[in-house]
Amino acid sequence: MMAPALPDMPTAGGFLLVLAIMLPIAGVLLQFMLGGRQAERIALLVMPAGLAVAVAVTAALMLSGRPLVYHLGNLAPPLGLALRADGFSALMLMTTALIVSAIGLFARADFATPTGTVEARAPFVFWTLLLALWGALAVVFLGQDLFTLYVGLELLTFGAVPLVSLDGRAETLTAALRYLLFALFGSALFLAGTVLFYGEYGTLDIALLATRTHPDTTSAIAVAMMTAGLLAKTALFPFHLWLPPAHAGAPAPASALLSSLVVKGPFFLVVRLWFGAMPGLTDLPAAQLLGALGAGAVLFGSVLALCQPRLKPLIAYSTVAQLGYLFLMFPLAGGVGLPASVRMAVWTGGAVQAVSHAFAKAAMFAGAGLIGQALGHDRISGLRGVGRALPVTTFAVAFAGLSLMGLPPSGGFMAKWLLVRASIATAQWWWAALVFAGGLLAGGYIFRIIAPALSAPEKPLPAIRTPARRREVVVLALALISVLLGVVPFGLTTLLAVGNPTIAHIVPR
Amino acid sequence: MNAEVLFGLAGAVLAGLGLYGLVADPAPLRKLLAFNLLGGGVFLVFGVVARRGAAAGLGGDPVPQALVITGLVVAFAATALAVALLRLLFERTGQTLLDTAAQERTSPDQADG
Amino acid sequence: MTMGLLLDFFLVILALAAGWWTIGAKDSFGAAVAFVAYGLVLALIWVRIAAPDVALTEAAIGAGLTGGMLIGASTRLESAKQATRAGGVTRRLAIALSALVAAALALAVLGLPHPPPSLAAAAMAALPPTGLGNPVTGVLLAYRAVDTLLEKVVLILALLGTWSLAPDRLWGGRPGRKERRNAASPLTLLGQVLPPIGIVIGLHILWVGANEPGGAFQGGTILAAMWMLAVMAGLVDVPAISRTWLRLLVVAGPGLFLIVGLAGFVVAGGFLAYPPGFAKPLILLVEVVLTLSVAAILLLLLAGPPEREPPR
Repeated sequence: MMAPALPDMPTAGGFLLVLAIMLPIAGVLLQFMLGGRQAERIALLVMPAGLAVAVAVTAALMLSGRPLVYHLGNLAPPLGLALRADGFSALMLMTTALIVSAIGLFARADFATPTGTVEARAPFVFWTLLLALWGALAVVFLGQDLFTLYVGLELLTFGAVPLVSLDGRAETLTAALRYLLFALFGSALFLAGTVLFYGEYGTLDIALLATRTHPDTTSAIAVAMMTAGLLAKTALFPFHLWLPPAHAGAPAPASALLSSLVVKGPFFLVVRLWFGAMPGLTDLPAAQLLGALGAGAVLFGSVLALCQPRLKPLIAYSTVAQLGYLFLMFPLAGGVGLPASVRMAVWTGGAVQAVSHAFAKAAMFAGAGLIGQALGHDRISGLRGVGRALPVTTFAVAFAGLSLMGLPPSGGFMAKWLLVRASIATAQWWWAALVFAGGLLAGGYIFRIIAPALSAPEKPLPAIRTPARRREVVVLALALISVLLGVVPFGLTTLLAVGNPTIAHIVPR
Repeated sequence: MNAEVLFGLAGAVLAGLGLYGLVADPAPLRKLLAFNLLGGGVFLVFGVVARRGAAAGLGGDPVPQALVITGLVVAFAATALAVALLRLLFERTGQTLLDTAAQERTSPDQADG
Repeated sequence: MTMGLLLDFFLVILALAAGWWTIGAKDSFGAAVAFVAYGLVLALIWVRIAAPDVALTEAAIGAGLTGGMLIGASTRLESAKQATRAGGVTRRLAIALSALVAAALALAVLGLPHPPPSLAAAAMAALPPTGLGNPVTGVLLAYRAVDTLLEKVVLILALLGTWSLAPDRLWGGRPGRKERRNAASPLTLLGQVLPPIGIVIGLHILWVGANEPGGAFQGGTILAAMWMLAVMAGLVDVPAISRTWLRLLVVAGPGLFLIVGLAGFVVAGGFLAYPPGFAKPLILLVEVVLTLSVAAILLLLLAGPPEREPPR
């Protein structure tokens, strides 16, 4: 067992964490007040500033090798609230800043306020919720207090649900309502677990909990409830029912945010809970159960993706599948006496999967949006010839698909390879078999898009609205990042080790 | 049996009742009512935790009490958004069911981008 | 003590009955009414477990606003096609799941440790520098101020989400339909007589919240209720959502809170820290503005998305 981490003291540079949360939140308030075109302008101004803060946080971690900690109101937990960034938080913060900024640039054409209008509904709502999601994710990645995290999760839900029904069609209203009800179910369970933790340990601070928790009935019930709640929010099989209609029904830029970033928030908290608040849980059979649900997600999501007649639902089911891999972290990283190198492989594999899927999925949904706008539909059977009409977009979607399938040298390949290595090292070959099967299935559903797109059209395509080159370049950049992540995992390991007691001692600095 | 145990067990039962309605009732408005019932039960358990923590001349630990106040506000916000969605869905379609199969049958075959 | 326990038993039975009725009632209207009763019983229970601040909030938000909103929705959706009851398998699964969760929660409650952990002493010890007398207000506005700030942003997002459901052409317009003013109606009389009283009560609750039960949210709820009453009586109309003053009113509370928090970096050495000696006036200032913002947000959430053409 690892030595219990001492509660963190505030560090120099901790104020950056306040900025990471409050910059987007201040933006939301200003957007709401000023409205109209200002909403878009404010979003575009916050993007570089927020990106700079994320870079500064990452740089501070890399330089000092220590996590950043801040005590709000100069009051230490348990009475006060702490913010903390370890390597995983910084990585997710960077990913969020990059994808929000890219999607912001991409969405300008879709959500411009028409000339002659002071304020239009969809643009005002989109630009405000873009920053709201950013702020909510920052709370989730940096919050150290379970109740603050609960409020952060609610912010995330309230930012995401209206995006689903932004175009107002009846079926997107149904999708938004179903999403909201699943999320509320999840919130209630998360809150119930929080209550029990407070009742037993008198604190909700994750660092303090890590030193106080001990495995007993109350703690087990608390963790089980919170985990179930988070799984409903992250849409892990069998709680995935709400995801495909919601993610497929939203406007393309919103789908990109929901599928790449929003579902990662609750997953991140499962990691915090299992590895942070209750270290030692992953030794238990429950970790195998999480892995089994992940396996169910990979198989079920992939098979359904293979059956979809339309592009956006296919991509949405692919999200259901790809989320499954993330949960292999739990059975693989546990175990007393696990070699540190294996633990490192699992952490890196899980983190690279989370991040490379985020970039790949943002590229795919954005690309699908361009294809849908160009063709006027997104039927897969009607994709023939798209490769000639939109070569850059098709190329980007193919690249992103490479990462989802897990072909080298993509980020998806690196993630899956590391997970396979860990399952062989821990003699859990069934997870390795799952990763291979999932890769084959992903190859199948990606092929269903790429093969017709690259083939010659049977008859000349009807008049096609060519998208602006700028938008295609954004999609390509997102796809390229998801591929390039396969080349830099060792730099990521150094970052991930910061503030992670299970692997910090073995990563050379 | 003392009052804390009594109220704690009542909170557990109320949470169970609410959870049943949230899962089993097909009507979204009833699900919403059930969610609020469930929330009330969970908050009551938190109230018991607060009451147990009575100290320093206070009748209860003020931290969980304050958290319940925040939680009630958040639950109200959620209810308000859900009711607005539900009302619009009813105006558009004349029904409020979340039947997936029916939705997929009527879904128009076109791009959403 | 036995007398007290008897009362507690009675309250628990009432709460369980109201809960049972909420789930089992035939029509949604009955269920919503049962839910209001449930909220009121819970408010009494909160008094019994020495949480008067929560009791006020439960009565105002849980029973009052949430209940009122759900009753309103149940009458509006009355003609909705009645859902068929869930199939046998779903019901059996739901029974199993809810029984499991209730049993687990009960087990956990019975297993809570002795002596119980508590932050009561720490909360009292940290109170003097804030100048407040009510530790719950201390938690909400000082120790865990960021939760309260983010909770206000949650409310604003719920409002934005509600507005986002308007048709494009009505964006910027007024929510709801115009209520006709009828001088003879008792509602008009109520709408004229009650709001001045209610505003005084609301401000009083806000004011005493510093030292006694009450505070920004409870006060704001009463202000919103008075405003709503005046709207229903046709005395005033809900403002168009494009009004600059309205937008300003909505964000003023959290905006000022954020500014005070950021100023703490400079004058108190930390975000959301209050400079010594100025804590109480600053907290009260933030609370007053939060109350007004909360009142506006609650009114607008009750009023729903814009339904009338925007002003030219």
